[in-house]
Amino acid sequence: MSIPDYNKVQLARSILSEIVSISRRKITIMEFCGTHTHSIFRSGIRDILPENITMLSGPGCPVCVTDNRDIDYCISLSSMPDTIIATFGDMIRVPGSLKSLQDVRAEGKDIRVVYSSMSALEIAENNQDKNVIFLGVGFETTAPTVAGSIIEAEKRGLDNFFVYSMHKLTPPAMKAILDLGEVKLDGILGPGHVSTVIGSEAWNFLARDYAIPVSIAGFDIIDILLGIKMLVEMIEKGEPKVINTYLRAVKPSGNRYALDIMNEVFDVTDSYWRGLGMLPYSGLKIREKYRRFDASVQFPVEVKECVENKICRCGEVIRGVISPVECLLFDKICNPGNPVGPCMVSSEGTCSAYYLYGARR
Amino acid sequence: MNEEKITLSYGSGGRLTHKLIKDIFIRHLDNSILSQMNDSATFELNGRIAFTTDSYVVNPIFFSGGDIGRLAVNGTVNDIAMMGAEPLYISLGVIIEEGLLLEELERVVISIKDAAEEAGVKVVTGDTKVVEKGKADKLFINTSGVGVIPEGIDIRGDNARPGDLIIVSGTIGDHGIAILSERGALGFSASLESDTSPLNRLVASMIDTVSDIHVLRDPTRGGLAETLNEIAQASNAGIEIYESEIPVKGAVKNACDLLGLDPLYIANEGKLIAIAPEERVSLLLDIMHSSQYGKDAKVIGKVTGSHPGIVALITKLGAKRILDMPSGELLPRIC
Repeated sequence: MSIPDYNKVQLARSILSEIVSISRRKITIMEFCGTHTHSIFRSGIRDILPENITMLSGPGCPVCVTDNRDIDYCISLSSMPDTIIATFGDMIRVPGSLKSLQDVRAEGKDIRVVYSSMSALEIAENNQDKNVIFLGVGFETTAPTVAGSIIEAEKRGLDNFFVYSMHKLTPPAMKAILDLGEVKLDGILGPGHVSTVIGSEAWNFLARDYAIPVSIAGFDIIDILLGIKMLVEMIEKGEPKVINTYLRAVKPSGNRYALDIMNEVFDVTDSYWRGLGMLPYSGLKIREKYRRFDASVQFPVEVKECVENKICRCGEVIRGVISPVECLLFDKICNPGNPVGPCMVSSEGTCSAYYLYGARR
Repeated sequence: MNEEKITLSYGSGGRLTHKLIKDIFIRHLDNSILSQMNDSATFELNGRIAFTTDSYVVNPIFFSGGDIGRLAVNGTVNDIAMMGAEPLYISLGVIIEEGLLLEELERVVISIKDAAEEAGVKVVTGDTKVVEKGKADKLFINTSGVGVIPEGIDIRGDNARPGDLIIVSGTIGDHGIAILSERGALGFSASLESDTSPLNRLVASMIDTVSDIHVLRDPTRGGLAETLNEIAQASNAGIEIYESEIPVKGAVKNACDLLGLDPLYIANEGKLIAIAPEERVSLLLDIMHSSQYGKDAKVIGKVTGSHPGIVALITKLGAKRILDMPSGELLPRIC
């Protein structure tokens, strides 16, 4: 079911006026998810919200939180003979210590952009004389389909399909931001797609342990405004709960099938996040049972000393500590054509949203 | 089906090359200038000339709504038409990857013939090369074309003036999303066709009635956003467009939502942007609506004296934001 555009705008205006009428306090809301960030900028929601409500962008961009060392490792993988790297498009322009996958592709390495891990499986099927390595970047939304591809590869008896798992789990990142205490948050707009998989109950700890209200929202302007309205209501009443406004997609316990397949193939592990450092139980590694598909086990390539750009402030942007415009590089040296950090590359990155939707001028 | 493949010997200049040209190209595309078979085509032209070239490397070469041949004719025809010129003659250069089925090549050439007939242009000169497997992707085509600009017509990208209105001739993003769908990017097949079409007859009827159109452009690669930014910069004028007025098919919008793309940045191959004085617009829309390629034409915004060089988008919620140039490859969403 979809609402015709005209009615949608009317509905959006009426939700907005409700927000204006109930909102009293000066508050800060973090939208966890990068797709929310872009949707909020693209529709102009930031500009029409009352001044006492500040929206802060969170760490919900998988490419952005991928560590430099992982990018370097991917680049090293691409240099092995008879290797095809299959990756989501967002990854190829992310600069590693010295270069990006796009740079090595221009040098002649075989790097292919795919839209799903299943396409990578097809590439493996059609190129049995090559090793095909899929770069597994993403949150709980992406991990189940990658797990499905590994199971499918086993069924088909493919011995040239591998996954380098850099998958990450979202609740530990949200917890880390709150534990750091650098930003004071009054409410959290919960990620819609992730919650479809992990369920709304996965966020209960935020209301229970941190007394912060959460509303899980979809990505339409109505979804987002409704999510913000529920947050404002809970904040004003002082009743922190987890409210699911994305009922058409998100169930309290999530998607059992997706979770089962994810757990079948992946085990939880500690993982290094750009900006947040090493977070316990925040990543996914391929289980022993499927180790023959694990690129990190099969191809222990060496990564030379990892260099970070000292001026790039992606880490602080990811934590919500600074706005991209406070970074010295933003719009001067760093832009989508010449990204210095991943937040400017990804279609979910905060710097890219600020740049694309005109916060710089 | 004939399984005969094109091999390197088809490109080596001997008997097979001659046969390929005669049996496939001349057979379908023949006309009195092409059949002269000299090193160059010769013909008379009178007036101011528009001359353009473009190369086509689309993958896959056959897609819903067209193929690389139709695209290659329409693309060049449209580039000429956007100067207000009447396209007349085009050249055809093909680079074939060894292994292409002869039957596939013939399908493309028939499609070139049909597209040329529809647009009323003649293929008057051509060239064929065959390269080793892996050195090209099935088939690359280059077309160049010439056309004559009618007396008194002055249509240029730097000619947008404050007060002008901006018209788009129909729904945007159809071509790009149809191609993505063909490549399997959506994970399901969308019922979408590429919009590849010749726009020269539409343009001829437009300038016939409204000779003072200021700008015509076809928003191909980079989409509406890129073309409007180019016009704003070239004309040193501001542009304001209204999100609620921009026509987008439901299937295109849904596919874009799914992949995290914005239809404003998606390629079109059969749409144009017209910028004209406000008082001429209702007449212009009437003309456009009577053509099959302009029946969904709409005013989507205006040219302003403020923020020169910048395109602003008024969102459905009424917020105003910058609509920037696209940068880099269009990337799918992964979260």
